[in-house]
Amino acid sequence: MSPDARRRLITLANAAAVFAALLILWQLVIWIFGVKPYMLPSPWAVARAFVDRFSTILIAVEITGEESAGGLIASIAAGVLVSLLFAQSRWVRRMLYPYTLLLQTVPIIAIAPLILQWIGAGTGSVAAIAFIISLAPIIFNTTQGLISVDENLVNLFLMHNASPSQVLFKLRLPHAVPSLFVGMRIAGGISVVGAFTGELYAGSSRVGQGGLGYSILYASSQLQTDYLFALVLATALLGFAFFFLVVFVEWYFLHNWHESARIPDADSDS
Amino acid sequence: MTPDRIVPMVEFENVGKRYRGGQPVLGGVSLSVAKGEFVSVIGPSGCGKSTVLKLISGLTPPASGSIKVDGMAPKDAREIVSYIFQDATLLPWRTVEQNVSLGLELERVARPTRAQKTAALLELVGLTHVAKSYPRQLSGGMKMRVSIARALATNPRLLLMDEPFAALDEMSRDHLNEEILRLQAEQKWTAVFVTHSVAEAIFLSTRIIVLAPNPGRIHAEFSVDLPAPRIAELRETPEFDALAVKVSHALRSALAPEGAAVAAS
Repeated sequence: MSPDARRRLITLANAAAVFAALLILWQLVIWIFGVKPYMLPSPWAVARAFVDRFSTILIAVEITGEESAGGLIASIAAGVLVSLLFAQSRWVRRMLYPYTLLLQTVPIIAIAPLILQWIGAGTGSVAAIAFIISLAPIIFNTTQGLISVDENLVNLFLMHNASPSQVLFKLRLPHAVPSLFVGMRIAGGISVVGAFTGELYAGSSRVGQGGLGYSILYASSQLQTDYLFALVLATALLGFAFFFLVVFVEWYFLHNWHESARIPDADSDS
Repeated sequence: MTPDRIVPMVEFENVGKRYRGGQPVLGGVSLSVAKGEFVSVIGPSGCGKSTVLKLISGLTPPASGSIKVDGMAPKDAREIVSYIFQDATLLPWRTVEQNVSLGLELERVARPTRAQKTAALLELVGLTHVAKSYPRQLSGGMKMRVSIARALATNPRLLLMDEPFAALDEMSRDHLNEEILRLQAEQKWTAVFVTHSVAEAIFLSTRIIVLAPNPGRIHAEFSVDLPAPRIAELRETPEFDALAVKVSHALRSALAPEGAAVAAS
């Protein structure tokens, strides 16, 4: 076995050991303190709920996943366009930056009911909430990337009589791609949070079925705590999936030239 | 002085420069660079060496006086000018050959011509084997060669170089100096070269201009009458050393208080 593969195996074994220890601790707490299952179900009960209700959970994951992805993709498209506008002049930035900040500082819980009133409960409004929460990190990071180009590179373009659009598309935009991905990593995680929050207000977006947020409300009201835990697990997995999807796309686009884009697990201990 | 019947490549007439709200950087500089000359500009920090290049390229306007590049306003002359910066300033997302063809691409040269010229230039600077590599895979010296190839791709008649080899080790620097002279002998462009290094200035130039600071002005000028072709061994001759002593002396007196004697040859 190569030293590299061996190190990876050890890392994996460590992670598994920590996970097992946590499960044992969890079980011990239940046994020692005699915790009731509706307060804290055993790991085994959660696993069984996860398997038994897998098809329902899968539908919930699918719904929330679609809403998050819709919001995320829309926020990337809109965010890049807004950033291109912001990159045009300091004046525009000074005028419009505060409103972008507002997007980030107003709690999503506060505006979610408003969005629902405007658009009406359903997948669309939930995706809109995911969109709003993902927008600010995309705008901030991409704008930063667009405007932080080395002055001599701009001079180089000017020396070749480059047009403003050539400077934008051949210099500023490619230079901003790594920053865009930083924004996308953050947005990818919180778009799921946004969709989840939206569902808490919107309820079921399809008859008889709902996303993860709705399902968790339902499980909680029925005191089906094992099912609730299984749903939390599914939500976490969905968030991970989004994060790693972004990391993969980032690696795909940047690994040739950018220092930051190494293979995700190759930057472990040296 | 340059004969009147030939238009000089660069002409400064009493040029002053001051950046917004700052001290004057250049105070009344007049100079003329004839076609085919290799002029080095040397001087202590803050004497406005780099500003001279920025003015020639039209990246910044003068506060007073007039500047002509091949008889034109600097901005109109950009087509015949290339600029090599202190850093290689390569685009990291482009391969070596894509970097070399950047200028041609921006000037909307047709793709086949671009490919042909790029290949020829990579050959010329000895980088054909890394044409498909990305800048991060190259050493500092190689990056600089890419930068030189990119500058030459648009067939400039005037090359502006702002301490292009300052960040390199001495071996790569000497090597690139020899290469620059070889390229100039082949392509016959005019050069204005800013440097901190006396040895580099002597090795490359036909003329050396020493600037004094506060505000930047011409302190001394030396013409370099060393034989061509200049090869590495030139650096070990007594003539080279004698000139180095003179230029170094002028540099020191450029830093001395006002009114110090100006030595010129």
